[in-house]
Amino acid sequence: MTTPIANPVAVADGIFTLNDGQPVLLGSRCTNCDNHMFPRQHGCPRCMFNEQVDVELATRGTLWTWTVQAFPPKAPPYLGPVGDDFEPFGVGYVELPGQLRVEARLTESDPEKLQIGMEMEIVPFVLGTDEDGNDVVTYAFAPVTQNGDQS
Amino acid sequence: MSDVAIVGIGMHEFGRHDGISGMDQGVTAVRRALADCGQQWSDMEFAVGGSMDAGAADTMVSRVGLTGLPFTNVVNGCATGGTALAQAVNTIESGAGDLGIAIGFDKHEKGAFRIKGPRGKDWYGGSGLALTTQFFGMKINRYMHEHGITRPTLAKVGAKAFRNGALNPMAWRRKPLSEEEVADSLMLSYPLTQYMFCSPGEGGVAMILCRADKAKQYTDRPIYLKAAAVRTRKFGSFEVLAPSIALEHDAGPTSAASKAAFEQAGIGPEDVDVAQLQDTEAGAEIMHMAENGFCEHGEQEQMLANGDTEINGRLPVNTDGGCLANGEPIGASGLRQVYENVLQLRGDAGERQVPNDPKVAYTHVYGAPGISGVTILSR
Repeated sequence: MTTPIANPVAVADGIFTLNDGQPVLLGSRCTNCDNHMFPRQHGCPRCMFNEQVDVELATRGTLWTWTVQAFPPKAPPYLGPVGDDFEPFGVGYVELPGQLRVEARLTESDPEKLQIGMEMEIVPFVLGTDEDGNDVVTYAFAPVTQNGDQS
Repeated sequence: MSDVAIVGIGMHEFGRHDGISGMDQGVTAVRRALADCGQQWSDMEFAVGGSMDAGAADTMVSRVGLTGLPFTNVVNGCATGGTALAQAVNTIESGAGDLGIAIGFDKHEKGAFRIKGPRGKDWYGGSGLALTTQFFGMKINRYMHEHGITRPTLAKVGAKAFRNGALNPMAWRRKPLSEEEVADSLMLSYPLTQYMFCSPGEGGVAMILCRADKAKQYTDRPIYLKAAAVRTRKFGSFEVLAPSIALEHDAGPTSAASKAAFEQAGIGPEDVDVAQLQDTEAGAEIMHMAENGFCEHGEQEQMLANGDTEINGRLPVNTDGGCLANGEPIGASGLRQVYENVLQLRGDAGERQVPNDPKVAYTHVYGAPGISGVTILSR
């Protein structure tokens, strides 16, 4: 399991909550057509209805597609380490059954270990430290191993 | 639709040009287009133009001439040039002007596009997700999984682009690269390597359009616009820079723009002799072959093996080297494709001329945030 993060601060408000250290994504559901959206928004692009309710999104799903970010993103806007400290990271879309596919960093970055269809679970991911010494946290998805734990 | 003709074309070389602004490159393209059909700026009844990073196009009138003409700025992502052209066509068809110019130019900083977040606190870019390159890696990875396209086929597309670029004096990258060199170059966004990606670049293109029935006044070789269609994404399409996508599937804006264009032109994909398809990266060219109706999904593997998309093949694709060899100055890129097709239809494409007297030519541009523009030209 992941090590607890001492002073977690979410990268932004309104994207996810930290529930006992574990992120839960904050989405919207259209009350007319049941379409799910992430991040939260008003106005449904599917049925054009304008009444949505807040929902928490599933924390497990399957990997729909993926890539590996092998070069450092430009900073700004990127908040993670760049230059010599940069490490390649996986990125993918995880299909949350009955809801939507959400884009996320992946904890795994080895192409040999990433497979479309594999089961994934959400975990917190520390991007860096802010000026007050807090850990700036975003969400990521980690492969779930055979016995149900994160690898 | 064949009420509009292209009578003059001009281009500033694509690539990196230190000390030359994007606007300078647009102005050069304008002057070359005017010279191509023997006209003056003062003859232009209207102008439509755009760039993403190189300033408002209409400010160029202080350089090319303060004639008082109506000049519309277009900012429409990667479809900026294509949209400028479509607007110029609409202007002529509406009767608001008989002779006008469409202009696109740009100049971007080096490296992947820097995407700024919509809000003060940018969680998306901050988390490392605001890269267009990731989308392209993920879209082709899924496509390969579904349709049996292999990594060597991606390398074939790259090698073809640089081979064609080497024959194009206006191209940025003019050194042929082997399939091995493309496949073995630095992995940037799996499964796509450095030489499978185009780079943001610089350049400018302009073209002069007029009412078809007046075209012979300006040139003895007019090229007719049979269709110009722009479409945006529908619900369920998989697009660049999307924090989430729906479980429902839509074929996307390229298929929609392609269908609309073929309908306007009253012809089908089998009638096209040469095509310029958006190749932001090698996988995009492959996927866009099917999305534009030129084959079924998955057939590309065999088509590339056959050499069908080579200059001498059954359906030549990206004869000028495409985005891969020319780079992508956003504002100019869609017009670059049209420029190449005008050369091909005139028979002026030199060493990269498609044989057998091509009569119908097709362009397709795609970009953020899910927009496609298609044109069909004929002699």
